[in-house]
Amino acid sequence: MADVIKCATRDAYGNALKELGSRDDILVLDADLAKATKTIAFKKEYPDKFIDCGIAEGNMMGIAAGLATTGYTVFASSFAMFAAGRAFEQVRNSIAYPKLNVKIGATHAGISVGEDGASHQCCEDIALMRSIPNMVIINPADDVEARQAVLAAAEHDGPVYMRFGRLAVPRVNGEDYKFEIGKGVTLREGKDVTIVASGLMVAEAIEAADRLGAEGIDARVINIHTIKPIDKDILVKAAKETGAIVTAEEHSIIGGLGGAVCEAISEEYPVPVIRLGVNDTFGKSGPALELLKIYGLDADNIVAKVKIALEAKNKIGK
Amino acid sequence: MEENKKLELKKLAVQVRKGVIEGTYNAKSGHPGGSLSIADIITYLYFSEMNVNPEKPDCEDRDRFVLSKGHTAPALYAALALKGFFPFDLIKTLRKPDSILQGHPSMRYTPGVDMSTGSLGQGISAAVGMALGAKLKGKDFRVYTALGDGEIEEGQVWEAAMFAGNKKLDNLVAIVDYNKLQIDGSIDEVNSPYPIKEKFEAFGWNVIEICGHCFCEIEEAFEKAKACKGKPTCIVAETVKGKGVSFMEDQCDWHGTAPKAEQYEQAMAELDAALAELEA
Repeated sequence: MADVIKCATRDAYGNALKELGSRDDILVLDADLAKATKTIAFKKEYPDKFIDCGIAEGNMMGIAAGLATTGYTVFASSFAMFAAGRAFEQVRNSIAYPKLNVKIGATHAGISVGEDGASHQCCEDIALMRSIPNMVIINPADDVEARQAVLAAAEHDGPVYMRFGRLAVPRVNGEDYKFEIGKGVTLREGKDVTIVASGLMVAEAIEAADRLGAEGIDARVINIHTIKPIDKDILVKAAKETGAIVTAEEHSIIGGLGGAVCEAISEEYPVPVIRLGVNDTFGKSGPALELLKIYGLDADNIVAKVKIALEAKNKIGK
Repeated sequence: MEENKKLELKKLAVQVRKGVIEGTYNAKSGHPGGSLSIADIITYLYFSEMNVNPEKPDCEDRDRFVLSKGHTAPALYAALALKGFFPFDLIKTLRKPDSILQGHPSMRYTPGVDMSTGSLGQGISAAVGMALGAKLKGKDFRVYTALGDGEIEEGQVWEAAMFAGNKKLDNLVAIVDYNKLQIDGSIDEVNSPYPIKEKFEAFGWNVIEICGHCFCEIEEAFEKAKACKGKPTCIVAETVKGKGVSFMEDQCDWHGTAPKAEQYEQAMAELDAALAELEA
């Protein structure tokens, strides 16, 4: 494992913005967090196309909307807590309702923010953004996917919410990886159970599948990078072929990937779904990796949840 | 201002007010009070000030208007209809399921509406974004936004004001419809936004105080706004809520209540009489 490349998706975000900078229509907005969100990479290269809106996230979203009406493709950045939380209503009414070309780059999502603690560990952003019509939500697993997601968002007509992390996470995708909005990715085939993961939990899901394999459990692993619109086909197929699902996300078990998978499956082909995520609780301060363990956001807990899912599947079988 | 022009604007403003009454009466809901107070300003914007073309509602170089106090959409719709963006008859469909005229302005439903608004405090930020967009693109279009005096209790208004002042957006004009009433009572009783002038000045704006029903003062204010360089302009327009319909004037209860049949008849009779007087 020593040779695994680790990179934070926020770094990939900043670098991808820089790639887009040569386009005339691209503007990047931030709310006094350029060094943390990594939009500074863009700012250094394209200072005239970078606008710091100061500590006023609601106003930043409105300015982004106004700029978009004049023909710009606008990336508006802050921490997930403030982009999706504080500015929720501006995102809903000023951006999503008129379906404007604003791409929200939300960094520092989830428990892995670490020492800053609960006030900054946003585990509700996907739930919030998912409830808004016209919104596309992307939660990339690694830097390769994050880069391509940013480039795809710039091409997409309408609002996009991109969720990035602070913590350096292992790269799970190869250089030949092709990202497509709304298309889930099967990373491991399997017939006993399916682990559906998103964001930094994708790497944990792969590790869990390896361990389960050693125990003779054949687990499929699907990366759902686009939470909305969700890839219903790949999920229903997994439900039919494996009969049980475990979802894994660094987000509240309410309203995020787990909720989205349950909604998709229950209407088409109901099978047991066990949700692994932040268990309807606030986070706390601590080193990111320690916190992920404390909150059960790791391969160990995925393995445990898979066993619960298999029990549920077997009960139904009887 | 030439007498002929003033007379034409006055007549158009009465037509706008008739549209407000017609729309809210048929919808059995809506916001006549603030629509009537802002009617003269909106009339001036669309018939004297702004460069807009109903044949090309999305023209890149057009001036923009953002009705930040979006609940007073009936006045905007009436002005847009009179300008030729859509037939005036559609006013009767206001707030109905198949209508292009939503309860609050939507840029995706209505030709001529430059920004979707309705949630107070948000329109001004979008207008600031548009003004900044013009500067970045090297375009000389101007951006106008109308705010309620109650609306400026929203914190976002001051975030937007701070940004616009700091960025010296002199292509932006915000009009505060200073009718002194909000839903729950007078603005100083509810949560006083006073002093309005000094607040905007403190945020780096050029502030002009006028009577919002006097076309000469309105014209002069917009001319001064154009001449002012390096600062956005705020026009604090003193108005009367419900202006033009006797029983609605200065009554906060007419903020969000539609006229019933008898009240509709009386309001239309008063406005028709005002129009006849202007035409005589």
